[in-house]
Amino acid sequence: MDFETVIGLEVHAQLKTNSKIFCGCTTEFGRPPNTNTCPVCLGMPGVLPVLNRKVVEFAIKLGLATNCTLNFRNQFARKNYFYPDLPKGYQISQFELPIAEHGWIEIEVAGKHRKIGLTRIHMEEDAGKLVHDEREPRSYVDLNRTGVPLLEIVSEPDIRSPEEAAAYLKKLHAIVRYLDICDGNMQEGSFRCDANISLRPRGETKFGTRTELKNMNSFRNVQRGLEYEERRQRDLLLDGEAVVQETLLWDADRGVTMSMRSKEEAHDYRYFPDPDLVPVVLDEAWVAEMKAAMPELPHERTKRFVEQLGLPEADAEVLTSSRELADYFEQALAECGQAKKLGNWIMTELMRALKGEEGIDLSQCLVTPKQLGALMTMLEQGTISGKIAKTVFEEMMATGKEPEAVVKEKNLVQMSDTGELEAIVREIIAANPEQAQQFREGKTKVMGFFVGQLMKKTGGKANPQLANELFVKALSA
Amino acid sequence: MELASLTIHELHALLVRREITARQLTESVLARIAAVEGRVQAYITLDREGALAQAEAADQRLAAGETNPLCGIPLAIKDVLCTKGLRTTCGSKILENFLPPYDAAVIEKFKAAGAVLVGKASMDEFAMGSSNENCAYTVPRNPWRLDAICGGSSGGSAAAVAADECIAALGSDTGGSIRQPASHCGVVGIKPTYGRVSRYGLLAYASSLDQVGPLTKDVRDAAIMLQAISGHDQRDSTSINAPVPDYTAALVEGVAGMKIGIPKEYFGAGLDPEVEAAVRNAIRQLEAAGAEAVEVSLPHTEYGVAAYYIIAPAEASSNLARYDGVRFGYRDLAADTLHDMFCQSRSQGFGPEVKRRIIIGTYALSSGYYDAYYKKASQVRTLIVEDFTKALAQCDALLSPVAPTPAWRLGEKASDPLAMYLSDALTIPTNLAGLPGISVPCGLSTAGLPIGVQLQAAPFAEEKLLRLAFNLEQRLDLVGKKPALA
Repeated sequence: MDFETVIGLEVHAQLKTNSKIFCGCTTEFGRPPNTNTCPVCLGMPGVLPVLNRKVVEFAIKLGLATNCTLNFRNQFARKNYFYPDLPKGYQISQFELPIAEHGWIEIEVAGKHRKIGLTRIHMEEDAGKLVHDEREPRSYVDLNRTGVPLLEIVSEPDIRSPEEAAAYLKKLHAIVRYLDICDGNMQEGSFRCDANISLRPRGETKFGTRTELKNMNSFRNVQRGLEYEERRQRDLLLDGEAVVQETLLWDADRGVTMSMRSKEEAHDYRYFPDPDLVPVVLDEAWVAEMKAAMPELPHERTKRFVEQLGLPEADAEVLTSSRELADYFEQALAECGQAKKLGNWIMTELMRALKGEEGIDLSQCLVTPKQLGALMTMLEQGTISGKIAKTVFEEMMATGKEPEAVVKEKNLVQMSDTGELEAIVREIIAANPEQAQQFREGKTKVMGFFVGQLMKKTGGKANPQLANELFVKALSA
Repeated sequence: MELASLTIHELHALLVRREITARQLTESVLARIAAVEGRVQAYITLDREGALAQAEAADQRLAAGETNPLCGIPLAIKDVLCTKGLRTTCGSKILENFLPPYDAAVIEKFKAAGAVLVGKASMDEFAMGSSNENCAYTVPRNPWRLDAICGGSSGGSAAAVAADECIAALGSDTGGSIRQPASHCGVVGIKPTYGRVSRYGLLAYASSLDQVGPLTKDVRDAAIMLQAISGHDQRDSTSINAPVPDYTAALVEGVAGMKIGIPKEYFGAGLDPEVEAAVRNAIRQLEAAGAEAVEVSLPHTEYGVAAYYIIAPAEASSNLARYDGVRFGYRDLAADTLHDMFCQSRSQGFGPEVKRRIIIGTYALSSGYYDAYYKKASQVRTLIVEDFTKALAQCDALLSPVAPTPAWRLGEKASDPLAMYLSDALTIPTNLAGLPGISVPCGLSTAGLPIGVQLQAAPFAEEKLLRLAFNLEQRLDLVGKKPALA
């Protein structure tokens, strides 16, 4: 039987505000446990929350960037449950009236564009975390993260494959990075994803029984986890068994999902409007101000790269996949002005050098965009050959030195002195009469052999174009 | 003449003229406490040393010309307000050893004014109760009759004021918790407009209803105390940024031409004849002073108690979730799983009335019941607000009894929660609508128990309430009548 996969994602993006959502504590990561706290985020008796305006602004921006309808009157609600990392015994979130609803983002998989619906975006506070000492056994509570602002972004069940899920997540990641509202670090948990997945016979309109997947802390793991779960559900259904509605944890090391809790154990969160907070009221002027402050978004930048710089769409997609990469490209371009060649260099040499588990990490790059631009200019002007340029680039990546300095240090300036090269050319022809004869008989392919010999003798420094000319001249003489 | 028996404004005159010192005054109050507290039991925690130190600091300020009306005045604070470094129990075992790391907003204001904080007054646990019998520490007695309840939940504050164990006190009012004990103890109590006084540092019972307010020996003192605690606070998002008028200035004006609405639903079955007689007399007094009484209707009054006992417990079930034994308060050390730690700490730490309301509130918010209970109650609340808006369009204030009967005997309703809940029927609607209300003494029953009259007005019309209450007080001449404390 042919099945259709149905996936919906819930993403939690930690916001890059300086202070927490309901108090003035810093959100700085990595401080000693329980130092970023005050009576408010500790949930001491008698304290009250006061909303951080910046959080609303970030939510408005994301709502606008994802084609959502903004609720000009939205409200916080309490989500009630007991856990030691939740000091008030409830999380302040939004329920009936979230700040943004009914949006969509466009993804592209295998050349096919699709719109994925966004059900809602809402603001909420993060919980703290528990640190378990297995030897004691004893558990410690760290409330530094308590009250750090989050946006929860819930998609419609519009995603039809694990690959699309990864594409959706990457697109959303790019958007929050472009908006500069979230640092996007999946390992540290500032961009987290839970997924709902179910299968149904193709053509069926009712949804099948779903499972919820948690603990997938990279794009790759989201795709792997969903692929595993898709297979597991398909096998169950093919065997005539039922999928059990439950929450599963993805174990990336073992490559399997494990049951965390069943539907029966699910919480009743008893949501109700938080009486400590007044409704959040947006007005046209505020939204207009946010609109004006919006940066260029990924799809807009792609379009500009194609239309104004003449880049192929595929190249433009890759170069705009992250704000940092696109910024890097544009800064280098300002230096050298060769969009296509520069793009190619970035997509091959630079990306190969920086490729890690989670895509490229430009923060690790020692070569500044200006330096890369300078290298491209040297290549364009013939100061160095393409081959030498690669050598120089490797050295720059390792040391962060200026390209001019590397070329000078290693004596890599291209040999463009006709007299000097002519002598070597004659020498090579004399030493290889057979190939010289072949050339004269019209087998021009041997030219590659001659140039190769010349490069060998000059350490690759010979200007290849000039070398060609000199050989033709010498061999035709 | 005992200094402890005087009012804030009388004492302030003596203090600024340096005829007495704040230390003498505080010693007088402490001596009174030593003499009667064994019988009244108004306090959970006394801070004698702190009070004397604050009195000395106040004397220095007074010597330097300080004119703040609260400088050097000994006050009692309901144990629902956080006091930095001074135990704050909320009347509950679960906070037996809780030392707040911060002061409530109103405490900050008192400290800045140079007030002397004598101690933390008894209360029903988490402000849930109408008799102050639900307290894990002390059950205060009514100073007028020691076998009677003093009212609740700010019972300790009312009893302390009535027994001269302080000059004035702070309480909190969620469904009548200032006005009802004030009425039962023969003192003045104000529940301000919701948002008039910061709730920062007030241990929440029902956040959308709670409001801090004063209990005092006369109306002028109530105006002084209200002046001191009112105003916007950025730390409370529900605090309203509206100018604070000069409340004592409002007292001097007469009431001629003012219209007093008499809500007929407040004079229904179950109203004690002596209470009705005293309240009707109050109406006549105001009419004699030139006010006009008109009958008005608040048709949804009868649904107030039902709506309140959904909304308040629902909010409480969430507000009290933080008492889980993890970071502060009581923890059952015998528990060996997380679940048991939560369950046992809360089972042992909370008293029966608090548990009852947590269960009611949890049920009302549960999936599948929310619409039938919480949502329906919120709709009833809107109807009650509309009732008041219509009625107050026809008059300046509403006059009614505070409670249907004078104080009852200790233990009389302790095993009948519903009877206890119904005793708040006339004060609950004020909170549901967020209005200001005042309770002023208007007579004594034949059993020698005080009877209060309630005035309610539109949001932020506290001046009208104070003006009417002051004129009534002048005509009734009950101030200075003290319980014999026999």
